[in-house]
Amino acid sequence: MRLEAGTYFMQGNEACVEGAIAAGLRFFAGYPITPSTEIAERLAERLPEEGGIFIQMEDEIASISAVIGSSWVGAKAMTATSGPGFSLMQENIGYAAMTETPLVIVNVMRGGPSTGLPTMPSQGDVMQAKYGSHGDYEIIALAPATVQDMFDLTIKAFNFSEIYRVPAIILSDAEVGHMRGKFTVPKKSEVLERRMRTDKVWHDGFAYDESLVPRFPVFGRGFRVHVTGISHDIAGYPRTDPEVHEELVRRLSEKIIGNRDKISLTDIYNEDSDRFIVTYGSPTLAAMEVIGNDPSIGLLQLKTLWPMPEESIRHVAKNVKEILVVEMNMGQVFKEVQRIACLEGCENVRLLSKVGGEVHTPQEIVHSLRRC
Amino acid sequence: MEDFFDLYRKDRWPTIFCPGCGVGTVMNCFYRAFSELDIDQDRVVFVSGVGCSSRIPGYIRADSIHTTHGRALAVATGLSLSNPDLKVIVFTGDGDLGAIGGNHFIHSSRRNADMTVFCINNNIYGMTGGQASTTTPHRAFSTTTPYGNMEFPFDLAELAVTAGANYVARWTVRNVKELIGSMRKALVKNGFSFVEVASPCPTGFGRRNKMGDPKQMYEWLKIKSVRKEKSEFWNMDPVDLNISGQITIGEFVDRNRPSLGSMLKSMMNNE
Ligand SMILES: Cc1ncc(C[n+]2csc(CCOP(=O)(O)OP(=O)(O)O)c2C)c(N)n1
Ligand code: SF4
Repeated sequence: MRLEAGTYFMQGNEACVEGAIAAGLRFFAGYPITPSTEIAERLAERLPEEGGIFIQMEDEIASISAVIGSSWVGAKAMTATSGPGFSLMQENIGYAAMTETPLVIVNVMRGGPSTGLPTMPSQGDVMQAKYGSHGDYEIIALAPATVQDMFDLTIKAFNFSEIYRVPAIILSDAEVGHMRGKFTVPKKSEVLERRMRTDKVWHDGFAYDESLVPRFPVFGRGFRVHVTGISHDIAGYPRTDPEVHEELVRRLSEKIIGNRDKISLTDIYNEDSDRFIVTYGSPTLAAMEVIGNDPSIGLLQLKTLWPMPEESIRHVAKNVKEILVVEMNMGQVFKEVQRIACLEGCENVRLLSKVGGEVHTPQEIVHSLRRC
Repeated sequence: MEDFFDLYRKDRWPTIFCPGCGVGTVMNCFYRAFSELDIDQDRVVFVSGVGCSSRIPGYIRADSIHTTHGRALAVATGLSLSNPDLKVIVFTGDGDLGAIGGNHFIHSSRRNADMTVFCINNNIYGMTGGQASTTTPHRAFSTTTPYGNMEFPFDLAELAVTAGANYVARWTVRNVKELIGSMRKALVKNGFSFVEVASPCPTGFGRRNKMGDPKQMYEWLKIKSVRKEKSEFWNMDPVDLNISGQITIGEFVDRNRPSLGSMLKSMMNNE
């Protein structure tokens, strides 16, 4: 049974599972890795109850492959992993982007590079999520900061993935994944479905309208569609002409970038402040405490990381003297914020970086703000 | 189905395959096997990885997915589990299946995942221009074994038998009748069925091994292949001793272990 409306007390990873089930998850394939394993474990129990399929594959490459296969027969499909597994998935993330395969990947980030800090949080995979596979492409990435976000943003990730036919990545971290807390399941969550192809014309399986997103010709219904990671025309047939390639690659990006406003999820607190903190994921909690004690400081929480919510960042940058980006890496979103704030003439963008596997404390943020 | 082009996409003809390539024979045999069976073409999905052999699904008039190199079986696993009513058929090559996709091959066989896999074993990486593969014979030449292959080849059929597949056979492209028969059997088998086809790649393998003429490659397949009943290694190793350079042909296993899909279904029905 999907969770009934009400308040629950759970771990972030568990709330993610319930969000996925509320969004209509039918298939999960994964490979155990800390700190994401609870997602697989809970789904092993929960999915069969829902009539869905759970399978533990031989590795993460197999996991994302199986998810791709499942999506082509029309199932909402997902996998969950952490850094090393996310690295293994990169080739097929590009494949899913190229073939416009809806799927959701949860990356509960841990300290890297390599095996790094398996049990501790980090936000080191932000750039990898966007640029990890080869070639030019876009994905969507969301960053939950609370147990509630793990539930809500998982549903949103499925919605975006289905609507835009693109991999949607939940960039969680060990802190949020393992955090226990209350969250509310609303009476009704908005759940969106992919637009299916209905007419039986089978030689233009990738034809698109002004939305730039082709309707989905699900396998097994007589569309006789060919799907390939090679550059392809609207028939889905391999083509090597530069024009065909250019049209395809530009459209794959444009269908996401052109909808940046609809995909950008942000929260702004203390909007009139002239000093702003920018956070995403678990450092947001410390920042919340800081602005709770000092309403003269503003906070921009990015819930969408890719495509980068440029409008919100520009909006904040317009009137401020200073922006402090707080993140658990050596400055990945920082460089994006710096670039975008500069467009509004705001040059005072600083980074409060932490890579030790611990979340920032409110004191560290206050201290850093005082320094300016 | 009366015509070859009821199965294949006429609008994609001619194919990319070289003259004398075994892929064409396999496509012909597959047409013969498939058309004799009463399988609804709209309820089949063809899956492949990357390579010359993996290009076949792109020529078939049915839902087909040409995935990344080596990953066909893992994609097929997700497909067949999510819609068990569909027939899932994989075309792959020895590099795609035995090297980069080797792990998925082992585990799909072990799970007895519901799919039929046809592997065109041409002993070489054809598509990338003739590098050694996991089935390149010992001491054979390739662009990456210019002094001869110092490694020993993999026996794909034996691997499938050992790991748990329900049906396993191997033929060369010369054994057309037997190949069609095995393809037919594999197509109606539940669980994991596997047919390996020893096939010539005159361009990538033949030219570097004094068999540039397809006729020489066919002759080589004839000399090297031995029916399992006549194999002198049969008692030692029922499938093959590939190390000897012999291509043992025949049907190696035909059993009915429960498939992955059926096991999951019985679990869901609390059986
Ligand atoms: C990840 C990755 N590595 C390498 C390649 C290059 N590549 C394409 S096909 C191929 C070998 C194919 O060999 P095989 O499966 O035996 O097929 P054949 O062409 O011989 O039929 C390779 C190495 C690739 N496409 N992807
Ligand atoms: S390179 Fe070899 S396998 Fe590929 S089409 Fe040519 S002959 Fe066939």
